[in-house]
Amino acid sequence: MQRLFYYPSAVFGLLIVLLLVTLAIYAMVKIPYNEAIRLWRGGEAVWYQNPKFAAPAWINYFSSKKYAESFAVKTNDGTLQSEFTPGAEGTSTLIANHTFDFSYDTYPQDMILYFKSEYLEKQPFVSIEWLTPDDRAVRIANIAISKEFTYRFAQDEKLKNRLRTDDIIASLFSDPETGFPIKGQYQLLITGTTFEPGSTINAEYVFHGQVYGLAGTDQARRDLMVPLLWGAPIALTFGLIASLGSSVLTMIIAAVGTWYAGWVDELIQRITEINLVLPFLSILIMVGTFYSRSIWVILGATIALSIFTGAIKSFRSIFLQVKESMYIEAARAYGASGPRIVFLYLIPRMIPLLIPGLVSSVPAFVFLEASLAVLGLGDPVLPTWGKIIQDANSNGALYRGYYYWILEPTVLLMITGLGFAMLGFALDRIFNPKLREI
Amino acid sequence: MMQTKLLQIEDLKLHFKTRSGSVQAVDGVDFELDSNRAVVILGESGCGKSSLAKAMLRLLPRNVERYEGRVYLQSADVMKFDDEEFRKNVRWVGISLVPQAAMNSLNPVIRVGEQVAEPAIVHLGISKTDAIGLVRKMFQHVGVPLDFIDRYPFELSGGMRQRVALAMALVTSPSLIVLDEPTSALDLLTQANIMNVLKRIKHELGTSFILITHDIATSSELADEVAIMYAGQIVETGHARDFFPAPLHPYSQMLMASVPRLRSDSDPMFITGQPPSLLNPPKGCRFAARCPYRFEKCDEEPPMLGKNGRKVKCWLHA
Amino acid sequence: MITDIREVFMSTQHINAPQPLLSIRDLHVWYELRRFGFGHAGYVKAVDGVSFDLAEGETVAVVGESGCGKSSLMKTILGLNIPTRGEVVFDNEHLSELKGNGLRRYRFKIGYVQQDPYGALPPFMTVQKILEEPLIISGVKNKQARLSRIHKVMAEVKLHPVEDYLPKFPHMLSGGQQQRIVIARAMLREPKLIVADEPVSMLDASVRVEILKLMRALQESHGLSVIYITHDLSTVKYFSARIFVMYAGNMIEKAETRRLLENPLHPYTHALLAATSDPDARNADSFKEVPPGEPPSLVNPPKGCRFHPRCAKAIAGLCNEKEPMDFEPEPNHFVACWLYQPQ
Repeated sequence: MQRLFYYPSAVFGLLIVLLLVTLAIYAMVKIPYNEAIRLWRGGEAVWYQNPKFAAPAWINYFSSKKYAESFAVKTNDGTLQSEFTPGAEGTSTLIANHTFDFSYDTYPQDMILYFKSEYLEKQPFVSIEWLTPDDRAVRIANIAISKEFTYRFAQDEKLKNRLRTDDIIASLFSDPETGFPIKGQYQLLITGTTFEPGSTINAEYVFHGQVYGLAGTDQARRDLMVPLLWGAPIALTFGLIASLGSSVLTMIIAAVGTWYAGWVDELIQRITEINLVLPFLSILIMVGTFYSRSIWVILGATIALSIFTGAIKSFRSIFLQVKESMYIEAARAYGASGPRIVFLYLIPRMIPLLIPGLVSSVPAFVFLEASLAVLGLGDPVLPTWGKIIQDANSNGALYRGYYYWILEPTVLLMITGLGFAMLGFALDRIFNPKLREI
Repeated sequence: MMQTKLLQIEDLKLHFKTRSGSVQAVDGVDFELDSNRAVVILGESGCGKSSLAKAMLRLLPRNVERYEGRVYLQSADVMKFDDEEFRKNVRWVGISLVPQAAMNSLNPVIRVGEQVAEPAIVHLGISKTDAIGLVRKMFQHVGVPLDFIDRYPFELSGGMRQRVALAMALVTSPSLIVLDEPTSALDLLTQANIMNVLKRIKHELGTSFILITHDIATSSELADEVAIMYAGQIVETGHARDFFPAPLHPYSQMLMASVPRLRSDSDPMFITGQPPSLLNPPKGCRFAARCPYRFEKCDEEPPMLGKNGRKVKCWLHA
Repeated sequence: MITDIREVFMSTQHINAPQPLLSIRDLHVWYELRRFGFGHAGYVKAVDGVSFDLAEGETVAVVGESGCGKSSLMKTILGLNIPTRGEVVFDNEHLSELKGNGLRRYRFKIGYVQQDPYGALPPFMTVQKILEEPLIISGVKNKQARLSRIHKVMAEVKLHPVEDYLPKFPHMLSGGQQQRIVIARAMLREPKLIVADEPVSMLDASVRVEILKLMRALQESHGLSVIYITHDLSTVKYFSARIFVMYAGNMIEKAETRRLLENPLHPYTHALLAATSDPDARNADSFKEVPPGEPPSLVNPPKGCRFHPRCAKAIAGLCNEKEPMDFEPEPNHFVACWLYQPQ
């Protein structure tokens, strides 16, 4: 184990693997499974606050053109400052305003006001006003609202006429003469009136910027951090279980076949040869298409198909050599039974050789799972890296310039592959003395 | 006029760098050899004798830490040669080697004759036909039938292959051949045959031999001189006829006493303990820990002391 | 006819002797040679007609070069090979009647000491585990019982203090120590017979004697029978009462050690002894006489006496025609050579 530290590539690889494991644990702790599923598949109710196709917010550090960041404020939790004062004859007035800084070079995608009100018969009335940094007050709308009312700035036809523009959002943020965005403090003022005692109005102001969060969003407004984080434990679990399962089973079968020789060995050889000819990915595709896309089913099929491979032949050749060794002969001479020799004498000899192969094949399985997801056969429920790529692909991410969408999962996949591969190669050099340099 | 010695080695050192430290395999070896004489270097496993063979032929691995000393081959210090000069003028041309388990080191896919011819072609620069002519001569000397020239190694028995390896060492007519455990993997009768071959070659071709082995009984078949190696150093040298009946160094005495004899009724003795590790050889005499005759002076490393033409590295003979 | 005469000779020797521990009669061990898909291409006749008895407490050396069949003979006695023909009776059990578990239990009774001490020990097991294995296999379930037996045996092979050695792995021990572990392992189940295949040939000269003396001490204190296989004739007289010489699958000479060393009868035995050197500087002055040629192929051995192509004293018309039988020119000194045919 200490020898690992002699190889810089191994240390690097080990660090990456540890990082991934930490990421995986963090993901599972910070966002427990059920929460993750809710965030990933919850529906509009979960995602509505996020813009679509938004790049990560940190690109603003690297870009000269600043992109508008998103936010959402509401009256219920006080983020949208409001005052509700009762007035005469059962009426009450709500004054809500939100001042914010706009110092970006691009316009937000959209602005939406979600109103929720309670009343018996008479609908409350709201009046929305917009104050620009250059002290223009723009009357946005005067509307009577229902119990759940959504006002989308960009879709108000009357406003379009009044402002004489098709792009409301742009005109709200730009200088009427030059057309360039005006930076500074903007204020949204909402004045609402209720006409019944006990009637209330609550508003939520959602600002869909161009960028959002650490990882951006996808076509369904989902925060990509969820699948990026959760992709780690899923990828690692799949990779490790597949790798471990197939290696261990391969080794045991090779040992049994070699020891008992005869028809057992022949049978195993023939099965292996047939299995080598079968197209691995195609069969998995068939399983995914016709049977089930659940990740456990795919995992099981992967292991089953990976056991009878070329690895059996190489294990077998090593076992054949070990079988001839003196200590095996001694064991037979003191009466050890076949199964005992296989499991206590042959297999322990092989375990050091197993380990590098095991580590090195993890990335192959991780990529396999990702490939299946990209092809549309990933697990329908789980947020995985492959799924991100598939979504990105089917929404034309590269054509539309949403590079972050493809790059984020790809980079993570590559790092995983790199980390395990480097660790695996170093382990190979340690456990296989012939590759060692002194 | 002093007869120039064929080989004179002074203070040869070969240390290897390993993860656990520096292995001082050959640590200040001195000995000399005349022409047409055979010296046998006797030692047990771990004493550094194989490394000595490699040091003499400059067949060094990558982890060499220290390689120094003076090796005079016919009065020229070959340690001063650079690698290319050494390869052209010394290796195989002056000194050649029959390595340990040579019979297993033949290339299985090349015919035997071609393999034996190769050193001649490379080092002597002669044509293939001429080289095969040399191969024929050598095969006659070592006793391999000439029609074996076109055979592959797997068609030959162990004894035959060992003879082929010997022919390969002889083909460039070197003045000195180093043999590392030439008979240890062979059967009794085959062993006797090979020793016969070596004796004959010494007689017919005047070659000198350095025979490195742990088989004391067999070594007496060829030895004119004997050198005993222990823990990286030579601890005794002398003529065979002086040494075998009466070794001087306590280690040599105990070693000779441990050899079971067919023709006499001695009770063999064994040596307790183990040789010191070459990683960190002890200060002072390296055999002191196991020596029944040790005294205070032994804490200091004894020099090679001369006694009637024999040399011993032991304070008892000061 | 020949078999009958041999049996008569054999049986008359032991009419009054107690039942031998090991009795081998006309043993043949032939391995089938298979060529790819072309069915069998003959047999390797590794052991071709060997008979002898071994009494309790007796040590016997089996001497011969590689390919003479001593390994196959040894493996058959150990129960690792099935005899093609002939009888092996050990401790009143007929080997040919044993199968499966019976065969495994037969193997419990014989200890096996191998040539390569490091190879004989599983490198991934500690000394304790290595020594527990034979005991576990033969059903000693109580760990304490196993440990106390291990302590006893380790003390007997002089590995003190036992506690220091138990947790070590084989590569941490010297060759001599490893071989002691191998011997200890062979002694664990109080066998009556130990088969030792060149037990010291891979050890250093100074250690060899130590191990041989240890084995002799154990043999004497436990009354073990030992079959000591070797090609080093100079060690034989320190360790064995009788010597059997094997050549090309036959036992060509059987005698008490002293007699054989003083008076070797078979020309091959003679050659073996002549080829064995003692450390003597005068050896360098003379050539050894070695019979020409090599041991024959075991697939197609020569007709008649298998040594005749190399023998300087071969009698034409006899040695190359008929296989010699065991003759007994001196009491208890058997030799399969026409030179000793009684007139």
